[in-house]
Amino acid sequence: MSHAVHSPARPDVSTQTPALEVRGLGKTFHIGALFSSQAVRALHRVDLTIGRGEIVALVGESGSGKSTLARCVARLEKPSEGAILLDGVDVLKRDRFQASRKFRSQLQMVFQDPFGSLNPAHRIEHFLRRSLAIHGKGGTGQGSEEQTRQRLEELMTTVGLQADMLNSYPHELSGGQRQRVAIARALAVEPQVILADEPTSMLDVSVRIGVLNLMRKLRDEQGISMLYITHDLASARYLADRTAVMFAGEIVEEGESLDLLAHPAHPYTQLLVSAVPDPTRAGSYDPVHRATLRQAVMASTTCAFENDPDQRCSAEEPVRHQVGDPLNRHWVRCHLYRPGAGAGGHALATEPSTTVQ
Amino acid sequence: MTVSQTSFGSHEPVLDVKNLTVKYIGDTRSTTAVDNVSFSIGAGEVFGLAGESGCGKSTIANSIMRLLKDPADIAAGSISFGGKDVLAMSQDELRRFRWQDVAMVFQSAMNSLNPVLTIGEQMADIFTTHAGYSRKESLRRAAQLLELVRIDPARLKSYPHQLSGGMRQRAVIAMAVALKPSLLILDEPTTALDVVVQQEIMAQIKDLQRELGFSVLFITHDMSLMVELSHRMAVMYGGRIVETAKAHDIYTAPGHPYTQALMGAFPPLTGPRIPLTGLPEGVKFHNIPDLAEVAPGHFVAPFDADAEAAVLEGAAQ
Amino acid sequence: MTSVILQQPTEAKAARKANRGFIHGLITNKKAMTGMAIMLVFIGLALAAPLLFPGDPSRITGMASLEPDGEHWLGTTAKGQDVLALTIHGARSSLLVGLTVGVASTFIGILVGLASAYFGKFIDEGLSLLTNVFLLLPGLPLLVILAAFLPPGLGTVILVLTVTGWAGSARVLRSQALSIRSKDFVAAAVVSGERAGRIMFREILPNMASIVMGTLLACVIYGIGAQAGLEFLGLGDVSTVSWGNNLFWAGNEGALLTGSWWVFIPSGFCIALVAFALALINYAVDEVTNPRLRKIRKPATTERSAAQ
Repeated sequence: MSHAVHSPARPDVSTQTPALEVRGLGKTFHIGALFSSQAVRALHRVDLTIGRGEIVALVGESGSGKSTLARCVARLEKPSEGAILLDGVDVLKRDRFQASRKFRSQLQMVFQDPFGSLNPAHRIEHFLRRSLAIHGKGGTGQGSEEQTRQRLEELMTTVGLQADMLNSYPHELSGGQRQRVAIARALAVEPQVILADEPTSMLDVSVRIGVLNLMRKLRDEQGISMLYITHDLASARYLADRTAVMFAGEIVEEGESLDLLAHPAHPYTQLLVSAVPDPTRAGSYDPVHRATLRQAVMASTTCAFENDPDQRCSAEEPVRHQVGDPLNRHWVRCHLYRPGAGAGGHALATEPSTTVQ
Repeated sequence: MTVSQTSFGSHEPVLDVKNLTVKYIGDTRSTTAVDNVSFSIGAGEVFGLAGESGCGKSTIANSIMRLLKDPADIAAGSISFGGKDVLAMSQDELRRFRWQDVAMVFQSAMNSLNPVLTIGEQMADIFTTHAGYSRKESLRRAAQLLELVRIDPARLKSYPHQLSGGMRQRAVIAMAVALKPSLLILDEPTTALDVVVQQEIMAQIKDLQRELGFSVLFITHDMSLMVELSHRMAVMYGGRIVETAKAHDIYTAPGHPYTQALMGAFPPLTGPRIPLTGLPEGVKFHNIPDLAEVAPGHFVAPFDADAEAAVLEGAAQ
Repeated sequence: MTSVILQQPTEAKAARKANRGFIHGLITNKKAMTGMAIMLVFIGLALAAPLLFPGDPSRITGMASLEPDGEHWLGTTAKGQDVLALTIHGARSSLLVGLTVGVASTFIGILVGLASAYFGKFIDEGLSLLTNVFLLLPGLPLLVILAAFLPPGLGTVILVLTVTGWAGSARVLRSQALSIRSKDFVAAAVVSGERAGRIMFREILPNMASIVMGTLLACVIYGIGAQAGLEFLGLGDVSTVSWGNNLFWAGNEGALLTGSWWVFIPSGFCIALVAFALALINYAVDEVTNPRLRKIRKPATTERSAAQ
């Protein structure tokens, strides 16, 4: 029953204007009293490009800044610096103070918690109708109700739900069904880009694949670009064309998904790959190897590309080294560039001491 | 330290659950959360209980420790630990039973540590309460425990919020094995943790299990994790067990369509991209019959061919 | 042997009973029914007062300071007015003012709370400062000063009580709105392109229903009690008949000194009883909307199927 499926030939996205481009995005949260100088640097010089009809996965652990990135791009937070280009236009410059309706019709978001992202006080129909109404997709004048009704049913069918669920309240639906409603709501405005912030991590295991398949279907049939944020490498590999790895608010490696996971170049990516539970690889946990990788992430003294004459290393500037076949556009940040002070947070700080016993 | 220590490798099961049925009695109707479930765990064995939300696995764990509260009610069945009837225990016996014979690490336990007490105080508490040691002795033993889970004993003076999530979880596990119980119940021990930390916690548990020799009831929805760690496992659906066998056998030859769906829900990290299906919406299993043996030690609940067809059909969508 | 699948029901009617459940919950709740019964009695009496006691209730109908008897059920005041008539008519003013102050305070509290929570930053700082100032100002002296300077009348009383009463509800409603604001469905509404006003009133507010109800009831109680207090000090509209004014006149005319208990006890008792009824309804609404507060009742029969 299993057969290899090669992704349909992707149009060469590198020549067209990307659907979404993030340049040098930075976000610093100020904490403490009004005039304190204490700050947490959540994002630093993030560059990310999503081509038309492309799904890009952003993987990283909690505290890496991926949700902050999503919120900044969705303009739920104000970035401290950088540019966000939709279709080539910098929306931070175009709509300075707050996101315009046009922006909202181009970019939509699906949230992590299916139980929290639908207002329990409203029926399903309400969410879809509002999306249509705000962006004028329901038509006006005579027959507009009919048109709207039709559109609602179309949306429900597209995401694989029955039309009679329109009358239900969110708490009557299962987690997977709610997430499909959230996707339908995003689809209603006919966006170019959908940001999906861990859309399946709070769903039951058996329904996750269904939602991922739906996302793939939307990309294939409607050409919608997506940013798929997750901590689950396997699902990133399953769904996304390209994968970017985030650590401590910066992107450390990026490339075509299959290639990146088969040949992870950055020690942090290697750490992630080795940590994924794999029944065929039982008993593979090696604490010494783990400690070496950790050390390499936080304070590397060598870089794999040191001896490559074409690729210059640098400890001050975040230089990108190309990895493998250029067609895969797989690059890794120079290992000599250290993460900022205080980075590393959870996964790498204060972990088991290998000295005891 | 334990009241009833079953010797390693003996044939007497540490835990024997027979025909357990648990219902939640509501105002207008009652729901059966666990329906006629039976399984047993031998000494030194890791037994995995897999299933998704609402299948009843947490209810079983709470039943074993007699932690169920209104409106939950154990309607039928028996739970025996080392030959003793758990359901018939008095309050006094229960107090000795809990934590000394069976200990449990709850879901998100690391978030349930008392925020206003140091780790040392909370650990010493276990010894002073259950074993009656002096405070000094208890703190000494607490330091030993921390070393067991590879945390610097100086952290005894830290408050929970000063430790990372992974460290807190290891502290909680240490607290659970403090009195060397015969059975450790782990209810989704790594769900809230990142994958890197998760692997370390699992390795830690394996080490502890080898050293101290306790049995483990491991509850999770993460099948890959479970197959890696368990000797035997059972898959639950809607309060019933649909399949049980050695972990390796379930992984290589899952018998029930639900198990197949669960196994098929994990995209591989290597090899070509294959379309997967998981469990299509709307496929439900009703009136699951009792388990039947399909291979030595491998039990599957008979299912109708339609259900399997539906699961396979979903693959075509 | 059956097995029940514990998946979320997808039938639409399954818990559309959410709304009906609330009403049903209230009807079966003893506290709610008691409270509502009492309120209905008072409201009924207040509305029917002109029919039951036609004419001006403060006219003199009998000898002064008569004890309760067949003709005057609650006796007469020191001036010779019928106490029962005064008490029943008093309900009209007291309930009206109480209700108006309650609604107005809650309404202002909602506006301030929602705006604070939704806009955050400077608007929140400013409104919070304002709220805190009004909370800190000593209520009674402020009431007294305002009442003394403004022209006497029911409108003044309502205005004065609302001005001093809105801050408490604003603070509570702001916290609740803040906790709802941080939920994903509000972010989802923002991302959909909803406007601020719609998000505040159509997304956040419906989820605050039970606390708004509780606040409303509390404000009504405040209105009734504070009005009585003002009037007892002689700062209310002395020309109207209300419970507070009844107490004022009772004090003025030395009812306490002469031991004419029938003059001041009825009005005081009515105030207390109304406050009690409203508090009961408040508790009941809390219980019904928060299932954790309900007492668990085991049904009469528990099935115990024999082990198979």
